[in-house]
Amino acid sequence: MEKYAVYVPKLVTKKENFAPGHRACIGCGEALAVRLACKALGQNVIVANATGCMEIVSSQLPFTSWRVPWIHTLFENTAAVASGVESALKMLMKKGRIAQQDIAVVAMAGDGGTSDIGLQALSGAMERGHNFLYLCFDNEAYMNTGIQRSSATPFGASTTTSPAGKMSMGQFTWKKNMPAIAAAHNIPYVATACPSYPFDLLAKVEKGAKTPGPAYVHILSVCPTGWRCATDLSIKIGRLAVETGIFPLYEIENGRYKLSLDPPKLRPVTDYMKLQGRFRHLSEDLIAKIQKRVSAEYAEIKEKAVADKE
Amino acid sequence: MAKRVGIEVSLAIAEAAKLANTDVVAAYPITPQTHIVEHLAKLVADGELDAAYIPVESEHSAMSACLGASATGARTFTATAGQGLELMHEVLYVASSMQLPIVMAVANRALSSPLSVWGDHSDVMAVRDTGWIQIFVENGQEAVDNVLCAFRIGEDPKVLLPVMVHLDGFYLSHVIEPVLFPEQSLVDKFIPPYKYPMPLHPDKPVTMGAFGPPIIYTETKKAQEVNLRASKEVILQCWAEFGKTFKRHYSPIESYRTEGAKVLLLTMGSFSETAMTAIDRMREKGKEVGLVRIRLWRPFPFEEFRQAVSNAETIVVVDRALSFGGPVGPVCSEVRSALYDEKQKPKVVSFVAGLGGRDITPAGFEEIVNRGIEISQKGSENEFEIFGVRG
Repeated sequence: MEKYAVYVPKLVTKKENFAPGHRACIGCGEALAVRLACKALGQNVIVANATGCMEIVSSQLPFTSWRVPWIHTLFENTAAVASGVESALKMLMKKGRIAQQDIAVVAMAGDGGTSDIGLQALSGAMERGHNFLYLCFDNEAYMNTGIQRSSATPFGASTTTSPAGKMSMGQFTWKKNMPAIAAAHNIPYVATACPSYPFDLLAKVEKGAKTPGPAYVHILSVCPTGWRCATDLSIKIGRLAVETGIFPLYEIENGRYKLSLDPPKLRPVTDYMKLQGRFRHLSEDLIAKIQKRVSAEYAEIKEKAVADKE
Repeated sequence: MAKRVGIEVSLAIAEAAKLANTDVVAAYPITPQTHIVEHLAKLVADGELDAAYIPVESEHSAMSACLGASATGARTFTATAGQGLELMHEVLYVASSMQLPIVMAVANRALSSPLSVWGDHSDVMAVRDTGWIQIFVENGQEAVDNVLCAFRIGEDPKVLLPVMVHLDGFYLSHVIEPVLFPEQSLVDKFIPPYKYPMPLHPDKPVTMGAFGPPIIYTETKKAQEVNLRASKEVILQCWAEFGKTFKRHYSPIESYRTEGAKVLLLTMGSFSETAMTAIDRMREKGKEVGLVRIRLWRPFPFEEFRQAVSNAETIVVVDRALSFGGPVGPVCSEVRSALYDEKQKPKVVSFVAGLGGRDITPAGFEEIVNRGIEISQKGSENEFEIFGVRG
């Protein structure tokens, strides 16, 4: 198995369609996730990108990090832009104005652009059944504007708009379950991924792009700047999110759940939380409350996966 | 042979989009635009128009889907009104700034609150500065002709700008009028096939919509401004060519019985035809009044406008929108500004009328002109007057 690490990377393209030289912070899990996603997507792709960290770090005029066709317009409309691109491609191919070929249409947005301001456009595009892949790079707050809470911010996290204080324990709502919302649209493919598990991420993005109809992949992207953690811990923290059951890796294919990784025993959530300043203020009671919820949610997904396997 | 038919103007606009071989329509229903998009959906459903119809979940997404479609190289059409135009607001700037030649019919409607589905120009004025070419039409024929022209103008490689064709909600959108539909072969010649110079395609990756730091933002905006102003030349050429081919003629400023008129009534939109009737009646009574109508609202045709009013002593402007707490009506404001540096300035009197679909009759226009003359001679305590308002 030790040779696995030597040979497997050779199976992945060395071509970087998300070029180096962008302005992401040190240790940015999202930049890594985008880089991996671009490897999986290859050349025949059109990307519609929402306003957010990735747009800002990759596209300052007159520079660009994108070696594939890329369009950014606004914050909340990326799924709608992608649906226009997809419809236009179909029609232009039908009319013979461009050659018939498989071009993946991929929308990319952060957690705010997905679960808050862009939710309506995304719901509309999924409901209409466009053939596109939506990638949500979830760093659990509005990091681009300075760590403000979103509906994807986890319970208890301190952000600049859900600050911990004498009268506040930080974020007081539970993270919105975006994969479940996507799955509720009865789309053929939904998955979660994390760049700490690069091959799993590559496979899921590729699968999503090849799925006819809407596909949604939710990618946990560790943000050292916003999570108040050491910049060399991004990969480790991503792994801990999975190993604690806080961010389980799974697929929902045609409504059927499948766990991508099922650790024999979940690690305690404190292993994950203690490395991050955003949870530093939490009392033992609150941590116990989080642990209870995480265990229950994980059990629920596992139960669905077991039931769907049978 | 061109076909002359009696048709609801909304349906005629959809037929014009069909004549133009639209590739993609993305639209969300809103009164009084609904009949346009319903008919487009039907044309697609019946196989008469080979286009993708995207039934989006909001106007914001309608315009956003148009951005994507247009950037991919598809000829793109949509329609909206009132609140819908407002919901699109931020997306409109992107369409013009990214040079995506989308064509949009706007059945102009008042803005809430109170809710009003009826026509006025509050919606247009709020999007006046979004960088779109904006053309006003007054009847069904003009609507069809200018939807066709809009594609040709917007898609001209020298222009590449989105175009709004404004028709007043209900007063124009819902009336049945005789319309001459040009022959398909002539339209095909008049509007060349759409070829966007830098479409999104893997063969030649482009980055569209990069962000502009302070060092470059002003330059991008100047380029946009220069381009929009320069588009007037292409608009004039297009209308000239249209006149040659289809024998119907359009100008940025249209004058009606202005010969020898010292007093000019100035209007924009479908109530201009009612204003013409008022002018006829006043002329019959021996009054030397004429009518000037603005057809091209953006880019504002300063030269043509100054020329059209050069002999006037008084201009009475009727706006269908309010600029709350501001100077006069929005059209009047621009008219005054256009004349400020002229050596011989006419008096410019401002009225706001016809809000939220309130009718202005020919007698109403007569009253406005007479009151306008009175104000120009004796002055008024108010910056402008709201015509026919109670209380």
